[in-house]
Amino acid sequence: MIDLRVRLTMIGGSLFLLLVIIDLVRRRRLKEEYSVLWVVAATLLLILASWNKLLEWLTVAIGGEVLSSTLFFCALLFVFVLLLHYSVRISAMERRLTALVQEIALMSAGSAETDEPADDAAD
Amino acid sequence: MPQQNKLLIVIPAYNESGRVGDVVRDVQAHLPGAEVLVIDDGSRDATAQEARAAGARVARLPVNSGYGAALQTGYKYAMRHGYARIGQIDADGQHQAEYLPEMLRSLEENDVDVVIGSRFLSEDGHYSASRARALGIALFGWIASKLTRRKITDPTSGYQVLRREVAEFFCSEIYPSDYPDADILILLHRSGFRVREVPVQMRAATNESMHGGHKSLYYVYKMLLSIFVTLLRPRSRAQELS
Repeated sequence: MIDLRVRLTMIGGSLFLLLVIIDLVRRRRLKEEYSVLWVVAATLLLILASWNKLLEWLTVAIGGEVLSSTLFFCALLFVFVLLLHYSVRISAMERRLTALVQEIALMSAGSAETDEPADDAAD
Repeated sequence: MPQQNKLLIVIPAYNESGRVGDVVRDVQAHLPGAEVLVIDDGSRDATAQEARAAGARVARLPVNSGYGAALQTGYKYAMRHGYARIGQIDADGQHQAEYLPEMLRSLEENDVDVVIGSRFLSEDGHYSASRARALGIALFGWIASKLTRRKITDPTSGYQVLRREVAEFFCSEIYPSDYPDADILILLHRSGFRVREVPVQMRAATNESMHGGHKSLYYVYKMLLSIFVTLLRPRSRAQELS
């Protein structure tokens, strides 16, 4: 059985995170599409912290020994996934920004309508 | 200065070469006094040239930004040039321009702010959606109907006419960048705007480039979250938002 304090911390933390995410979307500080990964991460952590059998199974599956380590491992995994996601989004944004900047340069050089196709489709 | 009779028809278009010209001409035939503005959302084909050749004004987005962003560009244009009423119609030929005069009449006669052309309001809307899509439309139409206490049968219809005040509202950050949908209708209602549907017939879509992503789980999640947070926000009169 997992240490009760760790369990409560994880459950409380996940619930708090979910509330923060919903509030950020409500206040338009966070777009709905960015919220998906966060909601999935918080929900999965919540499930793992609450459902002991699943946590035990997962610990054995990854070859771990301590149940709380599995929770921390999963949280770290989600952070990697989220960071990777942002790296991908930032790469796409940079491409779009470059296309925009070039467009302005071309406008200043006097070509009002350029028919160059855009580099990137919106996600 | 906004003039009583200034009308702008906005046509967001992405890779609609071979179709957009016909739509522009269709609009001009039924509304000869209106300005037609095609928003070329970073198309890779001859959409912009074709629209211009048909006589429309073209605003070209240098990068593809999505249907909602393209539409909002049209709203911003309308605001800057003082249009009193704005119509919007898809560039793929699905919407028939012959209903625009009727929709505009409904705007005045019924004293509403937004009129939506619904293909599901009458039995013979001549539109066949895939089962998953029809289910999605029906579900969110039902939710929107319950929350706005009006009959909403076609929440994803981009075929609309609106008053200047609604376009102004949509020019703020409030307008989400995605396809107009049930969550927008709920937001409009909670912001004090009156919405009404009229029955229209639509042609079958020849390409689905604008309407992708409506069947996925992600779409359902996003819509439910968006509607949920809309309800969490306080109701507001449109005038208070700026």
